[in-house]
Amino acid sequence: MELEGKVIELIIEQLNVTREQCVPEASFINDLGADSLDLMELIMEMEEQFGVSISDDELQNIRTVRNVIDFLRTSGAK
Amino acid sequence: MQRRVVITGLGAVTPLGNTVAETWEAVCAGRSGIGPITKFDTSAFATKIAGEIKHFDPLIFVNRKELRRLDDFIVYALAAAEMAAADAALVVGDKNAERLGVYIGSAIGGLATLEREKESLIRSGPGKVSPFVIPSVLANLGAGHVSIRLGAKGPINCSTTACASGTCAIGDAFRMIAWGYADAMIAGGVDAAVTPLSVAGFNAMRALSTRNEQPEKASRPFDSRRDGFVIGEGCGLLVLEEMSVARQRGARIYAEIIGYGLTSDAYHMVAPPPSHEGAARCMRLAIADAGIMPAEVDYINAHGTATSLNDRYETEAIKAVFQEHSRKLAISSTKSMLGHMLGAAGGIEAIMATKTICTGVIPPTINLDYPDPTCDLDYVPHQARKKEVQVAMSNTFGFGGVNGVLIFRKYTGEQ
Repeated sequence: MELEGKVIELIIEQLNVTREQCVPEASFINDLGADSLDLMELIMEMEEQFGVSISDDELQNIRTVRNVIDFLRTSGAK
Repeated sequence: MQRRVVITGLGAVTPLGNTVAETWEAVCAGRSGIGPITKFDTSAFATKIAGEIKHFDPLIFVNRKELRRLDDFIVYALAAAEMAAADAALVVGDKNAERLGVYIGSAIGGLATLEREKESLIRSGPGKVSPFVIPSVLANLGAGHVSIRLGAKGPINCSTTACASGTCAIGDAFRMIAWGYADAMIAGGVDAAVTPLSVAGFNAMRALSTRNEQPEKASRPFDSRRDGFVIGEGCGLLVLEEMSVARQRGARIYAEIIGYGLTSDAYHMVAPPPSHEGAARCMRLAIADAGIMPAEVDYINAHGTATSLNDRYETEAIKAVFQEHSRKLAISSTKSMLGHMLGAAGGIEAIMATKTICTGVIPPTINLDYPDPTCDLDYVPHQARKKEVQVAMSNTFGFGGVNGVLIFRKYTGEQ
């Protein structure tokens, strides 16, 4: 499965949302019902699954599904 | 001026049923909720039995995302609270939210989460610890989540008094309403501590029964062949309301709560003193608080854990308080069927006392096959008994020497 697909699967599982809700512009907090703790755990799962590390600074820029996919692409995750 | 407090709703999740109705039916039928432990591999453990919650579907009460972040004790509390609030037909809005509080006691909070996440910490390091560990472990998060779910903005607390946690939550909630700090309270206790560390710890103290080959016969309060308590899990909650508020909204009233006693043994961290002096004082205080005479008590739901010392000393304490009337009292230990649900015990046993008053049926003490000569009172052996009960007392005594006693009375509708 390509990167975008894997990311969406993870979000669906972690946040208990539907595929239809996971559009690139979807905001975790405003659209996908995530609170700050949900987001932290989601990021931890992503670090684990994609073998990357997200600094607290980089975390500030992660607000939407697209932000996550872009970050993982530039980090070289597959 | 002290206001009167009544019980308008009941909610429970127990080893004998996932509702109050199922649990009460099973208790009156004398069934046991004890069986082999299924939550973890007990091969290396001396005790392999417990009163586990069975066939419980958490997704009725929480969604999948919530389920991942909540220890079982919080899920049980949410389930019981939703059922109790529905039972009371409690409607929470702007006018009453700040007058509705939540007091849910727990002896040990999210122990299962703590044990699991400690292993994760050792295996994967601190960076992999979930952000949900702390909120899942803190004992007051049972009360916390219930207050969020119900929109209750009044007083909130979690009594942590070991086996008396549920009783203390109810007693303190009773006081809050009586003294005018709240008009309604969700009150009781919860625990989900059937875990490896818990069972191993209690085994190390020789506190648990090891009658593994006969789980349903293992919890034997007041019996000469008792060999310790059987650990259980679950939640028991009451909805308490100020009497005129309850009457005004046409609430169905189960019973009135009339007295609460709380004392310390100041003796030993886990063992009761001879004749359980602290418990006797506590029963007397509760009776005085209720403004009744000892002879008015018809039924005692005993602490009755089936440990060697408790049952003998509790009997002596009852005799000291009630004198000749102790021979007329009906006493039973529902721990013979439910096991010892730790912090939840006080909550579920308050429900047992309430149901006894409402239905005129006294639940039995099962497994009382070989009565201990030092426990020679009427423990309603084997079978439930039809008997009018006007006043019921509930005893709970916890590690640390804490004694908590509640008294309930039939509500007749008169002012």
